[in-house]
Amino acid sequence: MNFEEHAGKSVLARAGLSVPQGRLCASAQEAETAARAIGPVVVKAQVPTGKRGKSGGVKLAATPEEAAASAQAILGMEIGGFPVARVLVEEQAAIAREFYAAVLNDPASRSPLVLFSTEGGMDIEEVAATRPESLRRMAVDIRKGFGPADARRLLLGLDLGEAAVPVAAMLVDLYRVYRQHDAELLEINPLALLADGRVVPLDCKLTVDDSALYRQADIAGLGAKEPLSALEERGRALDLKYIELEGNVGVLANGAGLTMTTMDVVSHAGGRPSNFLEIGGEAYTKGTEALDLVLSNPGVKSLVVNFCGAFARTDVMAGGVIQAWKTLNPTVPVFFSIHGTGEDEAVRMVREELGIEPYDRMEDAISAAVEAAR
Amino acid sequence: MIVRKSDRVLVQGITGKQGTFWTEQMQAYGTTVVGGVNPKKAGQSHCGVPIFATAKEAMANGGFNVSVMFIPPAAAKAAAIDAIEAGAKTVVCLTEHIPAHDVMEMHAAAAEHGTRIIGPNTAGIVTPGECFVGIMPAFNPRVFQPGRVGVISRSGSLGTLVCLNLVRGGHGQSAFLGIGGDPMIGTTTKDALAALIDDPGTDAIALVGEIGGSMEEEAAELVAKTDKPVVSFIAGRASPPGKKMGHAGAIVTGDRGSYASKRGALERAGAVVVDVPGDLPAALDALMAEAAKRSGAQRLAD
Repeated sequence: MNFEEHAGKSVLARAGLSVPQGRLCASAQEAETAARAIGPVVVKAQVPTGKRGKSGGVKLAATPEEAAASAQAILGMEIGGFPVARVLVEEQAAIAREFYAAVLNDPASRSPLVLFSTEGGMDIEEVAATRPESLRRMAVDIRKGFGPADARRLLLGLDLGEAAVPVAAMLVDLYRVYRQHDAELLEINPLALLADGRVVPLDCKLTVDDSALYRQADIAGLGAKEPLSALEERGRALDLKYIELEGNVGVLANGAGLTMTTMDVVSHAGGRPSNFLEIGGEAYTKGTEALDLVLSNPGVKSLVVNFCGAFARTDVMAGGVIQAWKTLNPTVPVFFSIHGTGEDEAVRMVREELGIEPYDRMEDAISAAVEAAR
Repeated sequence: MIVRKSDRVLVQGITGKQGTFWTEQMQAYGTTVVGGVNPKKAGQSHCGVPIFATAKEAMANGGFNVSVMFIPPAAAKAAAIDAIEAGAKTVVCLTEHIPAHDVMEMHAAAAEHGTRIIGPNTAGIVTPGECFVGIMPAFNPRVFQPGRVGVISRSGSLGTLVCLNLVRGGHGQSAFLGIGGDPMIGTTTKDALAALIDDPGTDAIALVGEIGGSMEEEAAELVAKTDKPVVSFIAGRASPPGKKMGHAGAIVTGDRGSYASKRGALERAGAVVVDVPGDLPAALDALMAEAAKRSGAQRLAD
């Protein structure tokens, strides 16, 4: 789950970190009122994606009137596919230096990784490529944690002057928030040293592990809603992994690997898949709901049902599909390929109850479906 | 990491519906299951084997070297660490959706105790004709036959499809190594490839990859060094970037983890990468014939 800047900063503030004063605003009028209370401000688009500055989504405003005009310009923009519905109106900071700090899950070391650079404000990939000497990284033993001594060791030799102490304290705080909230990523770019010597997060990017939301109930409500289509919302409500695509061949398969492969073969055969939907794992009993969902996409001209059951029993999945088929009575042609656990029973059911002969090779079933969709 | 009949397998969560079903399947196929774990039913027996309160208790009473976990996500960390601290050589973690911070704690404990974790989110490992651990249809003769091709797959469903295609093309398997669909797994594609390269029962390797991460690129380093033929299929070519395709690990962000990067790395290392899984057996036949010719020429030269 991604958190917009304002939500990420709320999480930091709740954890006791000091963040700039700001207000979330949904209109130019609100922005003007906020700026009147705060003083000179920055008006920032709130979308769960990067590159806001480059897209014109961040503007300085010296007066309430300027704040209103900036908010007017930014609200309604689309950045990275997200429409901007709200802006954060935040006090302008007297910035002396800008740094970069992050804590993230690192697949290479299978551990948390703390990153810090004296070069803030630009993409970390760019920093790593152009100023590698400014970038420090430390893999953390998650059972021991990351304390002040670790932070000092990480920063050793960097030209930080007086800022070394508050920066070290900030890194320890960021690690604590990352751990406390099951973050995949907590990135502060820039982390600013202010003229008065304080170190504060000017931006905040927070991603929390979806698998841990059950134990992050106190902050889950602050997370950004994913931009889902109506069908994707329906899939979500059914606990099915459904992604709507623009093609015309509906795909129903079990397991993420097989479903991706089915889409690949549709594409290889010259067709375009109209969805990703897998009913593997515990979802294998949801064949009825799944088929209904796939067929609800108006673009679907033909359908591939491709099962390769390991844990998921193909007879159970096929039973669900057959039941839905009889209820919905769709007009699009369907092409089956069924193998693995329960295949004899599944093939017999499809043959007897739908009068359809499953293909032995999935490539053949898919080619036929692509042909039928033309 | 290739499972043998001589391995002594402990089933954590043996009394649940899936634990029971798959324990029976494993036993029927030849796996040596020595016990199960369920603290509430310790002292009883299930599927003909004793139930212990913990993995440590199982280790003290007869012992085991491989554990397999039928454990829900919220309890997975404690179960894995119990098995690791008990001294398990290998922990096969089937559980999907374990919080990533818990997974990192599991890996840290495993590194300290010298335990190999397979998974999380794996469908398990199969040694056809001998035994299996996990939730693969080892018992389906159209999918698994004893043979000499080693198979590596993150995904159970796609692994099943690939094994089906191999058997259809006349190739049985020396081992199926399911490594799991999570972003932080204990046994990587490269680790599994190293095991198959070292295995005298394996003549050729089918490497099944997926978009996301960099495991295929890292494995390519070993592909370049081995004489064993390697064929590969990479899933996710048609998947849109920025979307998680079911497996948490299968996501492309920027250039990282892209299909082109993986295919390029494997091809440069000498693997044959096919467009569709159905082409794997023919690619394998061609490479194996070439390898046989090379070793024949080598013998003549000697």
